[in-house]
Amino acid sequence: MIQTKLDIQKIRKDFPILSREVNGRPLVYLDNAATSQTPQQVIDSIVSYYHGYNANIHRGVHTLSQEATDAYEIAREKIQKHFNIAKSHEVIFTSGTTHSINLVANGFTSLLKEGDEILVSAMEHHSNIVPWQMLCERTGAVLKVIPMDHKGELEMDAFRALLSEQTRMVFCNHVSNALGTINPIEEIISAAHAVGAAVLIDGAQAAPHMKADLQELDVDFYTVSAHKMCGPTGVGILYGKEEWLTKLPPYQGGGEMIAEVTFEKTTYADLPHKFEAGTPNICGGIAFGTALDYLNEIGMEAIANYEDNLISYATEQLLAIEGLKIYGTADNKTSVISFNIEGIHPYDIGTILDKLGIAVRTGHHCAQPIMDFYKIPGTVRASFSFYNTEEEIDVLVEGVKKAKQMLA
Amino acid sequence: MTITEIQDEIVDEFSMFDDWMQRYEYMIELGKSLPLIEEQYKTDDNIIKGCQSKVWVHAELDEDKLVFTADSDAIITKGIIAILIRAFSNQKPQDIIDANTEFIDEIGLKEHLSPTRANGLVSMVKQIKLYAVAYQTQLN
Repeated sequence: MIQTKLDIQKIRKDFPILSREVNGRPLVYLDNAATSQTPQQVIDSIVSYYHGYNANIHRGVHTLSQEATDAYEIAREKIQKHFNIAKSHEVIFTSGTTHSINLVANGFTSLLKEGDEILVSAMEHHSNIVPWQMLCERTGAVLKVIPMDHKGELEMDAFRALLSEQTRMVFCNHVSNALGTINPIEEIISAAHAVGAAVLIDGAQAAPHMKADLQELDVDFYTVSAHKMCGPTGVGILYGKEEWLTKLPPYQGGGEMIAEVTFEKTTYADLPHKFEAGTPNICGGIAFGTALDYLNEIGMEAIANYEDNLISYATEQLLAIEGLKIYGTADNKTSVISFNIEGIHPYDIGTILDKLGIAVRTGHHCAQPIMDFYKIPGTVRASFSFYNTEEEIDVLVEGVKKAKQMLA
Repeated sequence: MTITEIQDEIVDEFSMFDDWMQRYEYMIELGKSLPLIEEQYKTDDNIIKGCQSKVWVHAELDEDKLVFTADSDAIITKGIIAILIRAFSNQKPQDIIDANTEFIDEIGLKEHLSPTRANGLVSMVKQIKLYAVAYQTQLN
């Protein structure tokens, strides 16, 4: 039995979608690394915004605008507190991790020159590879890759050997979306800083499962998407140290981000508004704050403990299936199990599981270099959240056995 | 047999099954009987885009009829392409162009028809029709 302090049945009742059926069977939702489900509390927060105080923020003199502005800024402070960020203006609202990364990559265009080097890890999501490739094309900088081993762990000796005076920036995910590896980011950050390089950590997959203390990490940039942590889609943050955000030029021009505009010259607004051009996802930002309240009420530590037990149980049960191989066996991993069954295409398994009401992801998970590394077309990925249960894992295991029997 | 007759035959066969599991098991069986593409045609040019699994389709004219061969690395995809090829292979290009694909819906595989579905059934149909258009032009 899983030892837990969480009242799972009570928690599950908070998520209306978990009680629906798919293909005539109770939904077993195991695609949490793609997006998490939304508790009623967050849905209520969205509804009450549109019911009660929908207005544009930061510029109205009227009451609704003030209420919306206050709620939005309170959400920013909740995020600041959750990630232990020094100043609230170091929290930039974005549309999500991809937007956040592009904002930084674009900003570095003016800071890089030919021959500078950018290091990215071998286990990056495409959204953390392509913007840097584009940055290299614009600046003549060189992209170098931190290799990983067969367990799905970064080769830290190789990383240290790649670091040099030419290294300007290092990019790495905190947790790999395809393998679940928790990367040793403390080590990466301090080693990169020792050669004067900036570090951006993509926290999209880590934030739902652990609380990152950004001041203690001393990281320069950190990105998060709300929809992976019980919030709505289309909103996230970029954390940046004040000194870096001051150095970077604005990403998009528009309203909100200006201090003064004449046809001769525009001066930009202070942080965070410099990077928040146009009307933001106001409701999304507020609901993100509510999602953090929800998670903190349960407790991130309790969530992490519960999920650790869940993934151990799932790993053990899945490995008992003959011919099943798990990709990503790092000593330090969380909430993702990527697997294949010998001789069966992951797409086939995913299709059968869907018919059984089980939602998993199949394919390359936007991390094609990892699939090339293992010489496989893709994997079946089951990813867990604190609202999943041991019983659901049993359903998954039975489903995989059924698929194997049908497809072999 | 005409395309419509073959499609009706397929619909008849699938109507014998009570549940999805039997339908899928039959489709997997059909996949095993797929006329396989020759290795030399398994090129990147012949890969159908939009599929999570790899699908290769090759067409050749045999007098006035188009003959299809194909393969896939996923068995369910192979079953789907086998059903399509059974309906469209050994037919005149113009008949292929004119044919509809409603039978897919009737055999309970409607979910695979959505253009956003990652299996690319829609792309397969499109590719088969494109071959037909190309060869029809050649015949004219």
